[in-house]
Amino acid sequence: MSGWLDTIIQGVLLGGLYALFAMGLSLIFGVMRLVNIAHGDLIVLAAYLALVVVNATGLNPLAALAICVPAMFLIGYVLQRGLLNFTLGGDILPPLLVTFGLSIIIQNALLQGFSADPRALRLGGFETESFHLGAGIAVGYLPLLVLGVAIALAFALELLFARIPLGRAFRATSDDPEAAQLMGVNDRHVYGLAMGIALGIVAVAAVFYGIRTTFAPTDGPDRLLFAFEAVIIGGLGSFWGTLAGGIVLGVAQTVGFRLDPGWGVLTGHLAFLVVLLFRPTGLFPRTRG
Amino acid sequence: MSFTVQRATLASRIGAAVAIPLLIALATLPWWGESSWMRTFVEFACLLTLAQMWNLLAGYGGVVSIGQQAFLGLGAYALFVLADHAGVNPFLCVPIAGVIAALIALPTSKVVFRLRGGYFAVGTWVVAEVYRLLIANASFLGGGSGKSLAAVRPFSKSVRESVTFWMALAAVVSAIGLTYLLLRARHGLALTAIRDSERAAASQGIDVDATKLWVYLASAGGSGVAGALYYLNTVRVSPDAAFNVGWTAYIIFIVVIGGIGTIEGPILGTLIFFLLRETLADYGSVYLIVLGAVAVLVMVRFPRGLWGYVQQRFDLRFFPVQRRVRLDAPAGDAPQ
Repeated sequence: MSGWLDTIIQGVLLGGLYALFAMGLSLIFGVMRLVNIAHGDLIVLAAYLALVVVNATGLNPLAALAICVPAMFLIGYVLQRGLLNFTLGGDILPPLLVTFGLSIIIQNALLQGFSADPRALRLGGFETESFHLGAGIAVGYLPLLVLGVAIALAFALELLFARIPLGRAFRATSDDPEAAQLMGVNDRHVYGLAMGIALGIVAVAAVFYGIRTTFAPTDGPDRLLFAFEAVIIGGLGSFWGTLAGGIVLGVAQTVGFRLDPGWGVLTGHLAFLVVLLFRPTGLFPRTRG
Repeated sequence: MSFTVQRATLASRIGAAVAIPLLIALATLPWWGESSWMRTFVEFACLLTLAQMWNLLAGYGGVVSIGQQAFLGLGAYALFVLADHAGVNPFLCVPIAGVIAALIALPTSKVVFRLRGGYFAVGTWVVAEVYRLLIANASFLGGGSGKSLAAVRPFSKSVRESVTFWMALAAVVSAIGLTYLLLRARHGLALTAIRDSERAAASQGIDVDATKLWVYLASAGGSGVAGALYYLNTVRVSPDAAFNVGWTAYIIFIVVIGGIGTIEGPILGTLIFFLLRETLADYGSVYLIVLGAVAVLVMVRFPRGLWGYVQQRFDLRFFPVQRRVRLDAPAGDAPQ
């Protein structure tokens, strides 16, 4: 019995990481309904960026966030204004294709620059430390920290959307870009900021991901699928929903993994499909379409 | 006022006059060509069939899937299971594989069509991953390391290669031919209407959901045939290869660079893809970076692709699917 409890606790903790992957995606879905196929590859790219910063400066990976987050913000802003803004409009194909192309470009550029060998970020032992809950259940400090960061980010993003002028501009542009423009909102700049913030969050997710497990250039697509599933399970337009979606996915995967080590990712996908069949708008939907 | 509806163009008549003898000549390849040519042609035909199927789905139906590798892989595995486990003739398995892929697409559609637009696209990818993982976990299918096709051993190498070649030729000609006929028929108009505006199409009495479902099933069946043929050609399959999203990446790049929403576009795109691959083969990942960058550039700058540009500039159409009204009235009698 405590074995299953342990599985579920570990699943919730893993879900924290998936929620982190998904927060940025949830943000850009919410603001510009852009389905960014390169999202997972940008997570992997950010992990390599952190690796380069750590190797160059000798900083601890968490301290390297001070460089990685602004750098990824800048990349996001430039990417959106320089490329992705040109793909937005009525047709769904251009944004899909351009981000798909970006995904292939990033993967192969990373392969070219860093080889296919898996890498990891080190945190001097903290990543393996844990405390005991009793009944043979151990909780790692790092996974708990990741879950804490995911909760804090969901809270911060909800606050941003509800209370901050920039969040109001996000919501306005999301509802009706033309009306927002008439009210003096520069939608292209707003989209740039949204992608910048999304990639800033991606940098945070990437550093924790790199500390928790190894990463390799072709790991992006799986990160994208997990992030996407978390957003859809949770329901579009709600960051608390995204957090819950990540946790549902994490639990589904650890339960599947416990049943058969080959099933972990599969049961996660199946949980997603089940939610889609029985609750197509997700668990906590807020916006339509 | 009398008028005629013109459906053929000069280019389509000349094109047919040139293409038919060429195809007949190509069909004699097994008697004079080398086996490496046949293998390359099978690959070419499979990729072009897949591209044409994706073009039908996305370019005409407006249904953008990035999970077509699901049906390619299922077609391939249908061949291996039927031929090796059920003892069916492996060549006969190829059309059956297409039917099986289309049959599996039916329940699949019930799940993925709950998502719209870009979300649908990623959803189809998740489903492809589900099929990949299910097969990778099935030990009787060789699990993750895949399996070889034992059923072709009784056939001599030349018989196997020639029959595979003819089947690939037949598959690609029918993929193009059937797409052309479909688009010229009433259903083709319905499809393009849906692509341009679902709401307007529905208001004209088109059953949008049913039409999208049919085109999804047809595209799955065609992709299943292409997958079975491709792995009949290589005689070895593994889940990671057959269900690789790279297939869809290639297909999309081919269609977009060639010209989406035209039948000529995927043909041109596949030719360019093969030429690029032969010249840049030694550069590995650089080739993919170039391909990705070209596709991004084309999408942003020339969204109609190369053939779209040619069509716009020279009004050249080898596969005319549109209708043109020509007035028969004498000159000077201005149409009202």
